[in-house]
Amino acid sequence: MLTPVAQPPATRLHDPMLPSLHRVEHARWDTDDTFSLELARVDGATIPPFEPGQFNMLYVYGVGEIPISISGDPARRDMLVHTTRAVGTVTRAMSTLKVGDTLGVRGPFGTTWPVDAARGRDVVIVAGGIGLAPLRPAMYRILAHREHYNRVVLLYGARTPGDVLYRKELEQWRAHFDLDVFVTVDRATGSWRGSVGLVTSLIGRAPFDPLNTAAMVCGPEVMMRFTTAELEKRGVKGDLIYVSMERNMKCAIGLCGHCQYGPFFICKDGPVFPYRRVQHLLSKWEI
Amino acid sequence: MTKRTRQDSETPNIIESRDFQALFDSLAKQGYRLVGPMVREGVVIVDDIAQVSELPIGYVDEQEKGTYRLTHSSGSAFFGYGLGPHSWKKYLFPPRMRLWQAQRHNGSFAIAADDSTAQEVQPLALIGVRACELAALAIQDRVFMGDYPDPHYKAQRERLFIVAVNCIHPESTCFCTSMNTGPRATGGFDLALTEVLEADRHYLLTQVGSDAGAKVLEAVPHRPATREEKAAADTLISHAAEHIERSMNTRGLKELLPASSESPHWDAIAARCLACGNCTLVCPTCFCATVEDTTDLSGENAERWRLWDSCFTTEFSYVIGGSVRASVKSRYRQWLTHKLSTWVDQFGTLGCVGCGRCITWCPVEIDITEEVRAIQAQHATISDGAGRKKKDAHA
Repeated sequence: MLTPVAQPPATRLHDPMLPSLHRVEHARWDTDDTFSLELARVDGATIPPFEPGQFNMLYVYGVGEIPISISGDPARRDMLVHTTRAVGTVTRAMSTLKVGDTLGVRGPFGTTWPVDAARGRDVVIVAGGIGLAPLRPAMYRILAHREHYNRVVLLYGARTPGDVLYRKELEQWRAHFDLDVFVTVDRATGSWRGSVGLVTSLIGRAPFDPLNTAAMVCGPEVMMRFTTAELEKRGVKGDLIYVSMERNMKCAIGLCGHCQYGPFFICKDGPVFPYRRVQHLLSKWEI
Repeated sequence: MTKRTRQDSETPNIIESRDFQALFDSLAKQGYRLVGPMVREGVVIVDDIAQVSELPIGYVDEQEKGTYRLTHSSGSAFFGYGLGPHSWKKYLFPPRMRLWQAQRHNGSFAIAADDSTAQEVQPLALIGVRACELAALAIQDRVFMGDYPDPHYKAQRERLFIVAVNCIHPESTCFCTSMNTGPRATGGFDLALTEVLEADRHYLLTQVGSDAGAKVLEAVPHRPATREEKAAADTLISHAAEHIERSMNTRGLKELLPASSESPHWDAIAARCLACGNCTLVCPTCFCATVEDTTDLSGENAERWRLWDSCFTTEFSYVIGGSVRASVKSRYRQWLTHKLSTWVDQFGTLGCVGCGRCITWCPVEIDITEEVRAIQAQHATISDGAGRKKKDAHA
């Protein structure tokens, strides 16, 4: 079994409920409903170090605060990148922020993808929809230390071709000789000639050695349910599968109770869990 | 304020009822803000108090499933009633608390922490804390002073004086004895009182639990208790223990409840439960909170408040796409499983102290002890059935 996911000491903040101010440096729409913000600290300090898989609480002045995973490169200390869908009150307000606007950030919080512990193995990353955002820092970290891994496979499923996130980057990665990138969509539209079907259908034919593979999975809960089952069917050891869970969160420090998932607080025991720890919960509804 | 636990063998003291006010005065003189029980709108609540005469003197209450009746008797007992709907948690974990304020200027904004800093939290004396509530406080200590200590809770907790009162009139809804939390206060207090009301005498047998307690007692007329007085108080408490009617068998519950997540009994409870959240509001250990972000009309000033929340609301588990726990069944299951099982995983203790408030204040008379028993019985029946089948197969 890989070493358990750890919470870096950097998350021990002085007053964890007090946001620090960040300024929007870049803002862009990735798809029709999904946008990315690049943030720098207003006081000019470097951003606190984070690990792939962690999240921040982002506060829009007067509107509210929500948890959003960090989707930038952990090697960069000048800029914080967050990608999110404009679907709720806070994210819609956030989508209207312009370069130079201010927002509050608390974090980073939570557990991390086992990127370092997966060295020496094949790595399979399976993402559904916006689930690619929290996995992108893991990709960056792996690519920065490519020599430590065997095969690296990214399997990504989006609803439609227009919903494919980070499209340019995916195309660049796909051009790497040492990377296997497969993209599929639930529904083909327009000129799409790529794969059509659920991301689970890619698992059976992806090139990796199931007996020596670490898998990282993030997407809607039902997608993770079927993906983990498919990975196990292919022969990937359950001990080497990791998933990232989502729940309502108000505090991110294990006090508000909202993110409970069985015995866990997703904010501090997660969001990244070894599959074995949550397997019994994943199969149940309304937990 | 060091809280040295004193020896149980230390001789208790006697405060005569006529001198009880001196205890209030002594606490006030030492700078404590006093809070204690009083009657308001037909129930016993806790609020700021200065005089013994403000206590619900002579009041008795009657509690049953979904029932609370307070009546005034001719008696003169200070503490002749049971627990009201208020628990002490409201002082350490306020129902509404501002976390910070923000001001907008030049297109940006600035955030300032609120004034709930340690220095400004006034020492607080809780008067009339029952044994089960001391247990609840110990549970909340683990919740709020763990990985990320809550600054307000911690500051107030460190400036707390506790006058415990041993229970001698348990309610029918109480089940502290089976939860090992009462009726006698065994620790975690500064002073513990047992009220003894005889035909011709009225006194408070007073046990000192800390140096702070001893110091407060110095200014109150008192004398060592006689063996007879101590025996009289002990008898009242053991008598109370014998009169606890309800019970909960917690053995194996930690494993049983998650294993029973698909039990049809959750549907049976959901058919009655209104998901009103009363149980979570009166519970002395429930700690869930939400935050509220507001702005004033000018939009120049924003605030964040923390408010008590309840896992019985649909919003509680809302994520994009809908509420995770959309059914009432899943919400009751979450509450009960958390209290009696996953709480142990999270904090190393049960989340229930047997105070019975959730039973009294449930408008549809759902009784946590009955529901637990029903799930246990169902499990026993299933196990029995399985056992029989195996035997049959053998034969």
